Amino acid sequence: MREELLAVIERNSRIDLKELAVILGVEEIDVVNELAALESEGIICGYHTMIDWEKTSIEKVSALIEVRVTPQRGQGFDTIAERIYKYPEVTSVYLISGGYDLLVTLEGKSLKEISGFVSDKLSTLDSVLSTATHFILKKYKDHGTILARKYEDTREKVTP
Amino acid sequence: MKKLLSDQVAALKPSGIRKFFDIVNEMEDAISLGVGEPDFDTPWHIRDEGIYSLEKGRTFYTSNAGLKELKEEISRYLKKKQGVTYDPASEVLVTVGGSEAIDIGLRAVINPGDEVLIPQPSFVSYEPCAIMAGGVPVVIELKAENEFRLTAQELEAAITDKTKILVLPFPNNPTGAIMERADLEAIAEVIRKHDILVMSDEIYAELTYKEKHVSIVELEGMQERTILINGFSKAFAMTGWRLGYACGPKAIIEQMTKVHQFAIMCAPTTSQYAAVEALKNGEGDVQEMRAAYNRRRRYLMNAFREMKLECFEPFGAFYVFPCIKEFGMTSEEFAGRFLAEEKVAVVPGTAFGDCGEGYLRISYAYSLDNLKLAIGKLAHFVERLRAEQR
Repeated sequence: MREELLAVIERNSRIDLKELAVILGVEEIDVVNELAALESEGIICGYHTMIDWEKTSIEKVSALIEVRVTPQRGQGFDTIAERIYKYPEVTSVYLISGGYDLLVTLEGKSLKEISGFVSDKLSTLDSVLSTATHFILKKYKDHGTILARKYEDTREKVTP
Repeated sequence: MKKLLSDQVAALKPSGIRKFFDIVNEMEDAISLGVGEPDFDTPWHIRDEGIYSLEKGRTFYTSNAGLKELKEEISRYLKKKQGVTYDPASEVLVTVGGSEAIDIGLRAVINPGDEVLIPQPSFVSYEPCAIMAGGVPVVIELKAENEFRLTAQELEAAITDKTKILVLPFPNNPTGAIMERADLEAIAEVIRKHDILVMSDEIYAELTYKEKHVSIVELEGMQERTILINGFSKAFAMTGWRLGYACGPKAIIEQMTKVHQFAIMCAPTTSQYAAVEALKNGEGDVQEMRAAYNRRRRYLMNAFREMKLECFEPFGAFYVFPCIKEFGMTSEEFAGRFLAEEKVAVVPGTAFGDCGEGYLRISYAYSLDNLKLAIGKLAHFVERLRAEQR
């Protein structure tokens, strides 16, 4: 059940517990227990909402920043990653294989705010060698959901 | 004009679905549960392979029986799924959907007057195809108390010395019924005893929700007398690509290939290249879609229990077949009123044979949100009908 439960709630975390039990073919109490277990094991880390901010009047700018760093003896990349992810404007930090080390995503109110963060806070950290900032212009697909177009059922209405 | 037409064709009844289709289509905001095809898009890697084949200029005929590579993949797939061996060079024929395979399969084996056993409720094509092949359709009426499975007794009772072939439509459209190994063993004995052929239409083979699908060709002495039909429409959500296949004894496939060659030439080339990709790398997609259908199926069965609507639990395809006899209406009246009053389209069971009277086909090839909306309206409608009866 675990795998399918995760697959379903990854797409719809607001699904009602009773309905979840029905579609998985198990008892509601089993769903409740499994969810509790998944939460305490840290497998389920949160139940967030996907928002297309573009469609609101709220101004938001996001950016991807490639960061090259010097790893520290005994700690590798963990210490520098922690220094970066503690900033609340940082939405994610990944250690990456390839041409640079950390991929940092950032959300701010304006281009100025983001570039200010990069020049004042990020590039001034001791172990940061260089940064390259990419502003996101348009989100087509996020978290497996296509934002650019709406699903439309184009099938004939009745077929054998 | 009438005398210019073929009497045989003119006498064919138009599909019962057609009539309903016209009514639904006039209603702009109707929600439909009447669709007989997947709601999923063809997985992108399969579409991409089709596009790539066009870009590379593979726009010519393939050999009549189909691309060698595809026939080999089909053979490998059936080996893996059902444990049976078909020679790709002589026992596999790629067709324009399962539908073409039904047509030419019957044409290849029927002599005038041969009887074709057709269990109903079932897909709309078998009866007209049998007639056009010069055969005489003999309907076997399946029963709700047997969960719409075919029993050995029913089969035995329908066989005469003119019987040529049994059409075996499982997993079934419209009932969602399946035949399990024990059910197949029982009818196989009768089939062997009377030495008849089988056309096993297994287009929904990938969509079963109990044990893995069992094909009749797995049973002793059955492969040599069976035309196995399958295709890509349902398993890989590829209805519009029009691609299916038939596998069977060399002697029959040879004759089918002749008809196919003269009527069709070859199945669409782009679709064949896409289908190779589907068989090679599509297993994960099938699994995901099957799991999604199963969740919807469970949702519907629970909803019927809650509204106390009688329905046996179907384990195949993507249809449920609830009984509406308690309301004292025909299937057509029920479907007509439901559409007029709640704007939801379902297909009357009678579209799939007279013995579908008293039942509705509800498709769950829709998102859960869509189903919830429509089933809410059904519950509402059923309540109102019950109140009228009191």
